[in-house]
Amino acid sequence: MTPTPSPGTRAPQDPPARSPWSALAAAGRGGTATVALLLALVFVVIATQNPSFFEGPPLMAFAKKAAPLVILAIGQYLVIVSGEFDLSVGSLVGAQVVVAARLIDGEESNTLPVIGLMLAFGLVVGLVNGLVTTLLRVPSIITTLGTMLILFGAVRYWTGGAPTGALSESFRVPGRGGIEGVPLLGQIPWALVVALVLAVAAVLLMRSPWGRTLVATGDNDLAAAFSGVRVWRVRTLAFVGSSLLATVAAVLIGGFAGVTAQVGEGLEFTAITAVVLGGVVLGGGRGTVLAAVLGALTVEALFTLFNQLYLPSTIQPSVQGLIIIAAVAYAARRGGLRLPERPRRRPDHPAEPELGTSRR
Amino acid sequence: MRVPRVLFAGAAGLTLMLTACTTDAPDDSPEGGGGAAGLTPDAEWFDREEFEAQLAQREATPEGPEDEPWMQAINPEWTDTSAFVHDSPGDATVCFSNASVSNPWRVTGFITMEQQVEALQEEGRIGEFRVSDAADDDNQQISDIQAFVDSGDCDAIIISPSTTATLTPAVETACESGVPVIVFDRGVNTDCMVTFIHPIGGYAFGADAAEFLVEELEPGSTVLALRILPGVDVLEHRWAAAQEVFGDSELEVLGYEFTEGDGARIKDLVSQHLQRGEVDGVWMDAGDGAVAALEAFEDAGQPYPVISGEDELSFMRMWKEEGLTAVAPVYSNFQWRTPVLAAGMILAGEEVPAEWVLPQEPVREDELDEYLERNADMPALHYAKFGGEDLPGYPEAWTER
Repeated sequence: MTPTPSPGTRAPQDPPARSPWSALAAAGRGGTATVALLLALVFVVIATQNPSFFEGPPLMAFAKKAAPLVILAIGQYLVIVSGEFDLSVGSLVGAQVVVAARLIDGEESNTLPVIGLMLAFGLVVGLVNGLVTTLLRVPSIITTLGTMLILFGAVRYWTGGAPTGALSESFRVPGRGGIEGVPLLGQIPWALVVALVLAVAAVLLMRSPWGRTLVATGDNDLAAAFSGVRVWRVRTLAFVGSSLLATVAAVLIGGFAGVTAQVGEGLEFTAITAVVLGGVVLGGGRGTVLAAVLGALTVEALFTLFNQLYLPSTIQPSVQGLIIIAAVAYAARRGGLRLPERPRRRPDHPAEPELGTSRR
Repeated sequence: MRVPRVLFAGAAGLTLMLTACTTDAPDDSPEGGGGAAGLTPDAEWFDREEFEAQLAQREATPEGPEDEPWMQAINPEWTDTSAFVHDSPGDATVCFSNASVSNPWRVTGFITMEQQVEALQEEGRIGEFRVSDAADDDNQQISDIQAFVDSGDCDAIIISPSTTATLTPAVETACESGVPVIVFDRGVNTDCMVTFIHPIGGYAFGADAAEFLVEELEPGSTVLALRILPGVDVLEHRWAAAQEVFGDSELEVLGYEFTEGDGARIKDLVSQHLQRGEVDGVWMDAGDGAVAALEAFEDAGQPYPVISGEDELSFMRMWKEEGLTAVAPVYSNFQWRTPVLAAGMILAGEEVPAEWVLPQEPVREDELDEYLERNADMPALHYAKFGGEDLPGYPEAWTER
C-alpha cells in the first residue's frame, strides 16, 4: 500500500547537494552533463552550417531570443520537480501581452503600473493553480489545463477575438534593448541579463532549505509530509513561482516582437520539452535547475539549426514530441524514472486525511 | 539496461549530422541556386486561367457608385431575386454564420458589418440580425448553419465559410431550405447561393506584392518570403502568384518561412536570415507582423528592405515614419459591408450580381498620407480600407473596440 519506490530504481540518485563539489558531482549524474553535451553538439553542427554564428552579435541575438524560454523553463522546473505540471504558462504569456497592449495603448506613463498589474495577475493565477491543485486535490494537469483554457477564452472574449492597442516603447526595452556598444558582442541584451540573474537566483534557491523541501516533496510527498513539510504550501509556492516567471517572460516576449494574436501559443509545451530534455523527470524529485536551463538553450538551438537547414518551422511541434518521448525513454532506461503504473502520490492511505487536516 | 551516455550522445550527434547532410538541397532552399528553383507554383494551388483572370480584373473598371467601392462589382452578371421579395423587409430576420473573429482583419470587418446592419435597420431594409460565431471550427459552423435552417426564422442566411470543401454541404443545405443564401470572403464548391461576394482574390494580392518588389529591386537582389501557414487556399494563391512573378524575374528568392503570424517567430527568422547574408526585399502573404520583420532589420543595424505588407495601420504608420519603400496590397476589408447590403437588396427583390467581385486595389506611396489621415484615430491593428466612414457610430465603434 505504502508507495515505497523500489530500491532498484532509486539507487543511482543522490540526496540534495550539500557542498558546491557534491552539487557539481550530483549535477553530472543528474542528466546535466548529458544535456550539456547535447547542447555542445547542436552548437557544433550550427557552426558547421553557419560559422559566423559565434561572432558575437548573432550569438547575442540567439540569447535574446532564448531568454524567455529559459525563464519559462526555470518556472516549469519548479513545478515539475515538485511533482506537478503547469500547462497554463503559454496561455498566461499570451494573456499578459494582450492585456498589457490593451491597457497601455501606447501611453508611456501606463508602462510601470501595467507591469505591476501583470505581476499581480501572475501571482493570482499561480495561487489559483496551486491552491486548486493542493487543497481541492484536482490533479495539476487538469487544473492548469483548465486555467489555460480559461485564460485563452477570457482574453478572446475581452478583446473581441483579436488583440487591440499597442505596447509603449519603454515596455519594449527589456525584451528588445540592451547595453549598447560592447566590444565584440555589440549589444548585451537586457533579456540575457534578466535570464542570467534569474538562473543564478534559481540555483541558489534550489540549494536553500526551501529548494530541498521542494525536491523532497516531488520525490515522495507523503514522506515529506511525515517529516513536517507543509506540502500544500511548498507546491502552491512553486506554482506561484512559475506564473511569476511566466509574467517576466511575457514582458520579454512582448518587448521582443510586440503584440500579435498568436503570442504565447504552444509555449507551455516548449517549456516542458526544455525541462524534460534537461533530464528533470516528470513526476518530480529529480534533476537540477541548471539542466532545465541547458535544456531550454538546447531546444532553442535546435530550432535555430532547423531554420538554418531550411526545415519549415511547422515541423517544430513534431520535433518537440519526439524529444519529450526520447528524453523520458532515455531517463527511464537510465533508471532515473519511476514507472507510471506504480501509484505514488495521494494514495488511498488511512493516514492521508489526518495529514490533510494537520497541514492547515 | 544502462545505455552509456557517450553512446547516446554520439547517436544523437550522428543523427544531427545526417539530417544536416540529407536536407541540404530541398527545392525550397535555392541557396546559390540562382533564384529560379522552387518558383514553380504547386499545381494543387495554381490555376493559370483564374490567375490570369484575376490579373485582368485588376485593370477592369467596376460598375457601381464611384465613392462606394463596397457597392461596386467587376463584370457582374445580374441575377433576378424577385422570388425572394419580403412583404415587410423591416421585419425580416437576417442570419449570419461567421467562421470566426480570430484575427484583427476579421474583427475590423465584423465591426463594419454590425454598423452597416444598424444603418439598414434604421432604413427599414432589414429587421433582426442574428449572428453565430464558429471560432474557426468547421463542425461548429456546420451545426450553426443547420440550427439557422432548423429554426425556420431566417429570411436570409449570410455565410462566411471557415474552409472551402468541408462547408460546401452545409451551404447546400441552407440553399435547399429555400431562403436566399449569401456567401462571402472564402468560397465554397457550389453555386447554389444567390450571390458570392469576394474581392478579386489571392492571386491578385500576391502578384501586386511581388510585382512591386520586382519593380523596385535591382536584378540579382535577394528576397525573403514570409508566409503564415501552408494549406489555406487564400494564402496559397498569394504565394503561387508570387512564385509565378518571381520566376519570371531576375530576383533571387532566398526561400520562404512559415511564421504563423507570430511576431516573435517572424523577428527571429528574419534576424537569422540577416546573420547569413543580405536581404534586400521582403514579401509577405499577409501584413500581420510586418512591423516585427522590419524591427529585425533595425535591430541588426541593416537598412530597411523593400517590403510588401498589408493595409494594416501599424505597418502603414511605420512606412510613413521611416520613409520605407513599400506597398500595401489589400484584401478589401470593406467586403464585410456588402453581404448585408446584398441581403437588403434581395429582400426588396432587387437584382444582385451572381458573383459579386469587389475591387481590390493596393495602397501605394501616393495614397499613403491620405489613408493615414483618414484613419488617424484608429488603433494599430485596424485596416485602412475598412470603408465604414459613412456608417452610424463612426469613429467610436472602431476606435473603442
